[in-house]
Amino acid sequence: MHPAFSVVFFTTATGAGYGLLALLGVLGPLGFIAPDFWTGFVGMGLALGLIAAGLLSSTGHLGRPERAWRAFSQWRSSWLSREGVASVATFIPSGLFGVGWIFLGRLDGWVAAAGVLANFGAIATVCMTGMIYASLKPIAQWHSPYTLPGYLIFSAMSGCVLLNAVLQGFALGSEILPAFSVLLTLLGWGWKLATWRHNDQLEIQTNANTATGLSGGTVRSLEWPHTEENYLLKEMGFRIARKHASKLRRIAQALAFGLPILLLLAAFALPWPFAAALSVLAAIAQFGGMLVERWLFFAEAKHTVMLYYGR
Amino acid sequence: MTCLPSPGGKKLGLVIDLDTCVGCQACVTACKEWNTGGHMAPLTDIDPYGGHVDGVWFNRVHSYEHITEMGGRTVNFPRSCLHCETPACVTVCPTGASYKRASDGIVLIDEDKCIGCKLCSWACPYGAREFDTDVGVMKKCTLCVDRIYNDNLAEGDRVPACVAACPTSARHFGDLGDPQSPVSQLVAERGGVDLMPELGYHPTNKYLPPRAHTQRAASVAAPALEPVRAEGGFLGWVDRMLSN
Repeated sequence: MHPAFSVVFFTTATGAGYGLLALLGVLGPLGFIAPDFWTGFVGMGLALGLIAAGLLSSTGHLGRPERAWRAFSQWRSSWLSREGVASVATFIPSGLFGVGWIFLGRLDGWVAAAGVLANFGAIATVCMTGMIYASLKPIAQWHSPYTLPGYLIFSAMSGCVLLNAVLQGFALGSEILPAFSVLLTLLGWGWKLATWRHNDQLEIQTNANTATGLSGGTVRSLEWPHTEENYLLKEMGFRIARKHASKLRRIAQALAFGLPILLLLAAFALPWPFAAALSVLAAIAQFGGMLVERWLFFAEAKHTVMLYYGR
Repeated sequence: MTCLPSPGGKKLGLVIDLDTCVGCQACVTACKEWNTGGHMAPLTDIDPYGGHVDGVWFNRVHSYEHITEMGGRTVNFPRSCLHCETPACVTVCPTGASYKRASDGIVLIDEDKCIGCKLCSWACPYGAREFDTDVGVMKKCTLCVDRIYNDNLAEGDRVPACVAACPTSARHFGDLGDPQSPVSQLVAERGGVDLMPELGYHPTNKYLPPRAHTQRAASVAAPALEPVRAEGGFLGWVDRMLSN
């Protein structure tokens, strides 16, 4: 599949943003974070900023972005529509939560309730994003039990590493959050390796025989219907990344998992300004690594239509 | 609404005979010609006379080599929308632009509602939908909905343009929901198949596999030509003179 940058950035940024929002929504009311103006401003600003930037970026993928409002109508059948509804609905409790925290300086009562609702909304929206891909039968690498948990794990992971960076930045570091960040990053790493292993060993029932209805023997493409690349080949016949897949997988692992774990472990041992700098670096490296991971998620996915083209 | 209608009686579709298709591309050009002025018009061409020709087509004909223990053969394979009974391209649509008609099962796009998110083309395993980069919306086969019900055409012409154009009658149009219809009978008789049945889209269009190889051709062949024996006499002289 063609990895359109607007969609790669959208899923990565909203994943991190909703992860951060979900954590702020429960850790604030639980008293883990004090209702301080700047913590709330930077934390909620970062979360909502990433979400808004991602959603805006996703409209760049549309042929007619001015009609995007229509996408809220088909929530009964379409995961994409459900994602749109959930993402906009989540802005309501998260906006109230942000106002309560930042301007009223409180994290109890209705502000706590809004935080918990924002948490639910964030998790639900990430589930919808995952289901858009997991529900597509023609793409075996996506239509797998690994896709939805993957989106949730990576969202929690990048959200936790971001929250740790924010809190460390305000010298509010604890030992629990960096530990959770390392654990979630390890979980994400393990899940990604398992996903790649599953995809590499995938036995796909659909082949050139079932695609053409010609049973038995071998079916080989002799001639395409056209000499130049058409929409199908451009959108679903993307092959550049597959050539460098193993290298890109190593880059994604190093940036998204390996380097952040090393930096976070080093942050344990160092005093404040250094620990904060390393925590921020870990978050930046992980975001970059997740962009590569998401790029591969698209580029390595094979669509059944390419069977017709013998690819 | 992108929820699917409850399965009705009428299922209009095509039956494509892979035995008789000669890959002449007449259906392809007839489709383009009709539909670039039809319901989903225009079928935009990008850089049509340049080095990177691209454009929207509803029907594409591939050629395959099918090799079995019985031998090899070339199979020409027209590929277009199969108007599935459970089309995921419809249910994934977030705007309600994609829909399946309850009355005859035709899958269509309301171009005025399409936001061009392309998700429907990802959800179609058959590559039936093509994005028009110029208009910014998705396009697809309409089963010539503007021909088959068109009172301005003679009754015999009320078939999809691809069916009307086929010189070998490899394309048949009719109601596949009625087991007594000629197309349903043809499918039953020839063992018509679904494409990618394992994905569960339940395509309406059926493909008739090529007929089995027979030895009939060998038994009716003319005797092989024999080398002309050198003859003597007058005919031999004529043969020598004409051979020079």
